[in-house]
Amino acid sequence: MEDMIKGNHVFAEAAIRAGARFYAGYPITPSTEIMEYLSTRMDEVGGVFIQAESEQSSMNILVGAAASGVRCFTASSSVGMTLKQEAISHLADEDLPYLAINVVRYGNGLGTLLSGQSDYHRDTRGGGSGDYRNFVLSPYSLPEAVELISHAFDLGDKYRMGAILHTEASLGQMMEPCGFPEMKTVERREGCIDGTFSKERISPLYRDRYSEALEMKERYDRAKENEQMWKSEHVDDAEYVMVAYGLAGRSVIGTVEQLRKEGHKVGYIRPITLWPYPEKAFEEVNPDVKGFISIEENATGQMVDDIALTLKKSDMRSKPVYCLAYAYGVPTMKKIKADFIKIKNGEMKEVY
Amino acid sequence: MKVKVRQERCKECGICVANCPKKAISFSKEISVTGYRPVVVDDDLCIGCGICYKMCPDWVFEILGDRG
Amino acid sequence: MAVAKKVPEILTNQISYCPGCGHGVVVRLIAECIEELGMERNSVWSIGVGCYSLMGASLDLDKIDSLHGRGAAVCTGIKRCNPDTLVVSYQGDGDAYSIGIGESVSAAYRNENITVITVNNTNYGMTGGQMSATTMPGQRTTTSPLGRDCETTGMPMKFPEMIAGSFPDVAYVARGATTTPANVTKLKKYIMNAFKAQMGKEGYSLVEVLSPCPTNWKMTPLQAIDRINNELVDYYPLGELKTREDK
Repeated sequence: MEDMIKGNHVFAEAAIRAGARFYAGYPITPSTEIMEYLSTRMDEVGGVFIQAESEQSSMNILVGAAASGVRCFTASSSVGMTLKQEAISHLADEDLPYLAINVVRYGNGLGTLLSGQSDYHRDTRGGGSGDYRNFVLSPYSLPEAVELISHAFDLGDKYRMGAILHTEASLGQMMEPCGFPEMKTVERREGCIDGTFSKERISPLYRDRYSEALEMKERYDRAKENEQMWKSEHVDDAEYVMVAYGLAGRSVIGTVEQLRKEGHKVGYIRPITLWPYPEKAFEEVNPDVKGFISIEENATGQMVDDIALTLKKSDMRSKPVYCLAYAYGVPTMKKIKADFIKIKNGEMKEVY
Repeated sequence: MKVKVRQERCKECGICVANCPKKAISFSKEISVTGYRPVVVDDDLCIGCGICYKMCPDWVFEILGDRG
Repeated sequence: MAVAKKVPEILTNQISYCPGCGHGVVVRLIAECIEELGMERNSVWSIGVGCYSLMGASLDLDKIDSLHGRGAAVCTGIKRCNPDTLVVSYQGDGDAYSIGIGESVSAAYRNENITVITVNNTNYGMTGGQMSATTMPGQRTTTSPLGRDCETTGMPMKFPEMIAGSFPDVAYVARGATTTPANVTKLKKYIMNAFKAQMGKEGYSLVEVLSPCPTNWKMTPLQAIDRINNELVDYYPLGELKTREDK
């Protein structure tokens, strides 16, 4: 059996094993242990570790590293990620890949230290200016996080896009058995900034914006078509399909199992990529399904919008979509089951 | 010729005219393609000291040195 | 016998600056130093946000456009990945001393082995001449149309003094100007010293340059030069504030 390791340490080590050799960041609860771990680990693998003076500065340091073709990453939480938005938009404009780990803490502004999923819209839509997109991946366990971190770097290199590992306080802080793959060695990307000017670089003020716009849209459409990831069970005969990601998704797995044993025909879809949203998962759902239920750790319901948008593209566009928004904390199976019964009994109104 | 002048680059700022130790630089009567009256260098007065090259913000001058 | 002087090959298209602007001189001096050091194909320039943002199209060397004020942070990332490459952050007083003050100070504080060149024209030029951290007392700008009132806005910032005074380990700090042939000659030496400090891995180097801004100062180029020579150098003295030997 593998060792019990703390989530934040898993995220850090997974990035190292994936070949990342540059980290710049700033401490913020509940992500700080990522940086503390790397303050010695980076040295051991001959990488660069910088504790910068702010989240915004560390993200700009990452601009320099990403521009230099080095596999690089940072980690923060919610309000710290807010400070990084300007640089995230800039990195998108420059077609530079990187990984940003967002260990979400619930709330607006300074927020709280509670686990939550209140950054869904911000991370999938982007908080910086312009119409860029990032890959957003959300693990439900530490072993899955290890896989997704390596995959996120590869996606970034393939599409010249940034990736966000969108997780939450509880996963960062908890411990569970987790192993790691062998250490990977990654070469610097070609044609990057290294002083030699081997590749022409045109200033933002002089670039051909129209053809770039067409290319960007085509690239994002390609990513949407090819990179959706999800897990689902019991959807082909389900009367109700629960949709939840991350740790809420983990609760839903057990909830569906229990409800099935009690005779309820429920299934679940657990999105793994939040961008691109796994629209294809919905194609497998029983066409006679009675409704979809979004289960989220926020106040207003955010992912529920994406479920509705997905359904609009299909023949299921008039199916009701409910939302169980539990504010903060990982919802218990008991709570979800109780609310499911209410929905089934018609005691709760749908959102869409 | 001691100094080559790229007249299309001159913006008539006057810095070279003011700094030339031999007063060898003046504004042309003609208007250049960019709409300015570019500078001209009187080769007889010019000593090739290079101060115009040094002070010009628009990279107008080339001092030819011994090749001139 | 006259010495041949030709603008470096790495400077290509003309930059569309205002007549008499100092940027053209500073850019040329940096390019001359890079050429003399043989570093044309081993240099990276970070171009900040300001009038000089337009110069990317005129430079035949490796470069990146950085967000407003963040040049020192971006250069930190580039230098850590390319330790033997000459990395230069080109910024204005607005870019480096207001929005970028955190990044600018922190690069010096960490003694990052980069060179920062700040072009100080006592206003935010590109956006039409607003007050900046280095606007002089009584100076009229579009956000201080009655003249800067230092009682409510503070005294102008002396960034090189701050750095040289606060961080004893930095490699080299100087302030120059583009306003007389002698000043241009000295400024080139300061830039060369800064680059040599970087190449010798001695630490952080900074050169601030007092530059005329005729358009926003509402002056002719020659009047703007006089303003620097007669007024600004009293408050912003020229010279080396920290030399490579004072360690």
